[in-house]
Amino acid sequence: MISTGASGMISGWYLQIVNLLAALLLLISFAMLAQRRVAGLISLFAWQGAALAVSTAIVAVFTAQWHLLYSVALTLLLKVMIIPWFFYRLVRKLGMSRDVEPLLNHSLTMLTGIVLVIFAFNLALPISQMAGTVMRSTLGIAMACVLLSFLMMITRTKALPQVIGFMAMENGIFFAATSATYGMPLVVELGVALDVLVGVFVLGIFFFQIRETFESMDLRQMEKRKEH
Amino acid sequence: MSEITGYQPVAMVWGGVLCWLALALLAIPLRAHKRWLLAGFPLAALTGLWVAAVGVAGLLLPASAQIVPVGFPGLPVHLRLDALSGFFLLLLGMGAFGVSVYARGYFQHMEIGELARLAIWYPAFLAAMTLVLLANDAYAFMVAWELMALSSYFLVTSDYRVEEIRKAGFLYLLMAHIGAVALLLCFGVLQGNGHTGDAAFTFSAMRHGVLTPTQASLAFLFALIGFGAKAGLVPLHVWLPEAHPAAPSPVSALMSGVMLKMALYGLLRVGFDLLSVRQEWWGVLVLVLGLMTALYGVIFAAVQSDIKRLLAWSSIENIGLIFTGLGLAIIFSVEGKSGLAALALTAVLYHALNHALFKSLLFVGTGSVLHASGTRLMSGLGGLMRKMPWTGWLMLLGVLAIAGLPPLNGFVSEWLLLQAFLFTPGLDLHYLNMMLPVATASVALVIALAAYVMVKFYGVVFLGQPRNPALKHAHEADIWQRMGMLWLASACVLLGLLPSAVIVLISPAVQQVAGRVLTNDGGWLVLAPMDAARASYAPLPFWLATLAVLLLVYGLVRFRYTGRVRRSAAWQCGFPAVTARMQDSAEGFGQPIQHIFSSFMQVDRQYPQPQDRTPHYASVSIDQWWHFLYLPIVAATNWLSQQTARLQHGRIQWYLTYSFITLLVLLVFVQ
Repeated sequence: MISTGASGMISGWYLQIVNLLAALLLLISFAMLAQRRVAGLISLFAWQGAALAVSTAIVAVFTAQWHLLYSVALTLLLKVMIIPWFFYRLVRKLGMSRDVEPLLNHSLTMLTGIVLVIFAFNLALPISQMAGTVMRSTLGIAMACVLLSFLMMITRTKALPQVIGFMAMENGIFFAATSATYGMPLVVELGVALDVLVGVFVLGIFFFQIRETFESMDLRQMEKRKEH
Repeated sequence: MSEITGYQPVAMVWGGVLCWLALALLAIPLRAHKRWLLAGFPLAALTGLWVAAVGVAGLLLPASAQIVPVGFPGLPVHLRLDALSGFFLLLLGMGAFGVSVYARGYFQHMEIGELARLAIWYPAFLAAMTLVLLANDAYAFMVAWELMALSSYFLVTSDYRVEEIRKAGFLYLLMAHIGAVALLLCFGVLQGNGHTGDAAFTFSAMRHGVLTPTQASLAFLFALIGFGAKAGLVPLHVWLPEAHPAAPSPVSALMSGVMLKMALYGLLRVGFDLLSVRQEWWGVLVLVLGLMTALYGVIFAAVQSDIKRLLAWSSIENIGLIFTGLGLAIIFSVEGKSGLAALALTAVLYHALNHALFKSLLFVGTGSVLHASGTRLMSGLGGLMRKMPWTGWLMLLGVLAIAGLPPLNGFVSEWLLLQAFLFTPGLDLHYLNMMLPVATASVALVIALAAYVMVKFYGVVFLGQPRNPALKHAHEADIWQRMGMLWLASACVLLGLLPSAVIVLISPAVQQVAGRVLTNDGGWLVLAPMDAARASYAPLPFWLATLAVLLLVYGLVRFRYTGRVRRSAAWQCGFPAVTARMQDSAEGFGQPIQHIFSSFMQVDRQYPQPQDRTPHYASVSIDQWWHFLYLPIVAATNWLSQQTARLQHGRIQWYLTYSFITLLVLLVFVQ
């Protein structure tokens, strides 16, 4: 349904794979929304990064957008290896592998997520018709990932799941950029990657500080610092 | 754009600006060396003289422009020197020279930290004002304008340990920012008529812009608010009576004498240069605001008992007179009466120059009084004429000039302004014709009350008996201070004696703004605007005749009555002992005005108790605008902030939800 003419035969099967990976991405986002254990959340985050990297690599190879391969390498390095490893280490050191208590009722969260996905698909429809890329049909999925990650940040009370939600949102944005315009310029990509890395390390330092100060990683403790 | 050559006046003024900036920067490493810091002030004064001289060249030579590649990349500073800038450069340079020479003497007793702050910001302030006059694009203008506001803020708060001074500085900064925002909006309206990019913000692009009448009116109103806040137009005047007393005296002199005129320059630049068409109601608005300001200023000046506060209110009054004339000039120029517009503009520019000189003189003289006596309150002053004859006599010249007495300069400009008013019956707008006699009468009232204020000021401070025994040790100003005051006072005398020459000198600026020069019907000796048969004024013959009569009378008395004087004790009106407390006090002098105009102000009185050994009466007049305008604004802002504070829960989930909802709403809108 996407391509026509001579390239139709080739594009058919690789697009199927991309669509499959996109669906996987959305599924993982839902799984993250439902996952209650921090360690499981980190694994899901790593898998999401992997799915993102594979789908981007396929697009890069089949549309000859070679600069996308740099982004793929960055994603693999940062989001699949370094950051998950760092988070695992944090969880072990801080001993917070316990279940995370969601703020919102479990089923209500899932229902809200479904509403958000419908909203995102509706939203992406006119935009994807304007985009000139082969992946334009996945734009709705990308936006749904962004919104679901945001929802995850809202519903969690602990700091680490929120950071993971933030990272997942960055994944969604990256996917959206690939779907709509074959990715951002490399300079922007590098800058974002560096930002993410630095942000993670700063947050890691903060976690230690927060625990030292409040003896808990629950952000509700910090509300007491609100100025009256 | 003309070629950049080293001989153009604009390049020479730019050199002066660099000189001042270099002095400011040099003061930073030298901040611990008192002698070097003090040496900066005479150098700043010489630069001022240089700028004044180039200002005269700017008046006489054709306009010159230059592009200096400093500042943001791709946004060079456009400079231009035309007759209007030239006139204000002359004003700035003359004022800066006198005040800086004075400052060399006045600041030498300061402690080193405060002196260093002053030595850094003082030349920067002068440089910023010069840049305001040279700027030929909106970016450069705004940068210079803000630098002027900031440097003067730091000058005002140089003695930051006093809480009142900090408060006054904050109020000043706040009003300056409100004004700057209005100016930014004004330039925003002015730009962008087909031009895009960097060139849209140059003044030359704005000059050729075509605006609808609504846009032009909007731009003018923003300019009026922005420049009015700096000039001290009612109701944006509240910072002036606070900031001027808080600043060191030479700084008050510069702010009042020179900086307020930058606002006048800005309004002239926008109203007559950047906007190609004007509307009559602008003139009426400026006229009414000017009259309100003048009347309000002079009434409050009359009831002050702090000498610097009195002078600050008097500045408001003078700015009011200047804007009244400006309003008249706009009305005349819209009606096509360019000759009369030239008359009103000549009066405006002449009075601006005069006010720069005599108000600087009065402020620096007040500084000497403050230094000698240690108090600004009139209740602790008096009889200083005998202790400080130099200051006393030079201040007398300044006081006579500001009171508008011939043969000094204040008379000339106020007389010209009244002449301009007397020509108004020929206007096309009938309702205006009916209202203008009232305006004329108000101007006359303001001028008369200004004289009354000055009698109070001079009489209480310099004449009579000292109200405080410590005043017996008051000392005269030093040689630098006297030289500075002498310069300003002699400029007042010269401007008063040679009005025809001065009018010829400033005529290029008038020509540029009004399209015509004021026709002087009387020759170089006699000033007769428009028509010698109507009114003329010949100060030099008048002065010579007065001098001759004085000498004759002196001679007659000296030689006819010599040796026939019988000396005996004066009759003391039945009082055995006359003490200083029996003199008319500042409050007493202002009481009639306070009584007559009591509806303008809120008066807080302190009455003495019956059993008081030393009964003391005090009254403070409070500006009603605080209650009508400013306090409601403060209350509304507080209320709004409290409502906004309800959004703050301190829970990160809530803040994320806010972002989330905003994102969703925006996405729906995009769709």
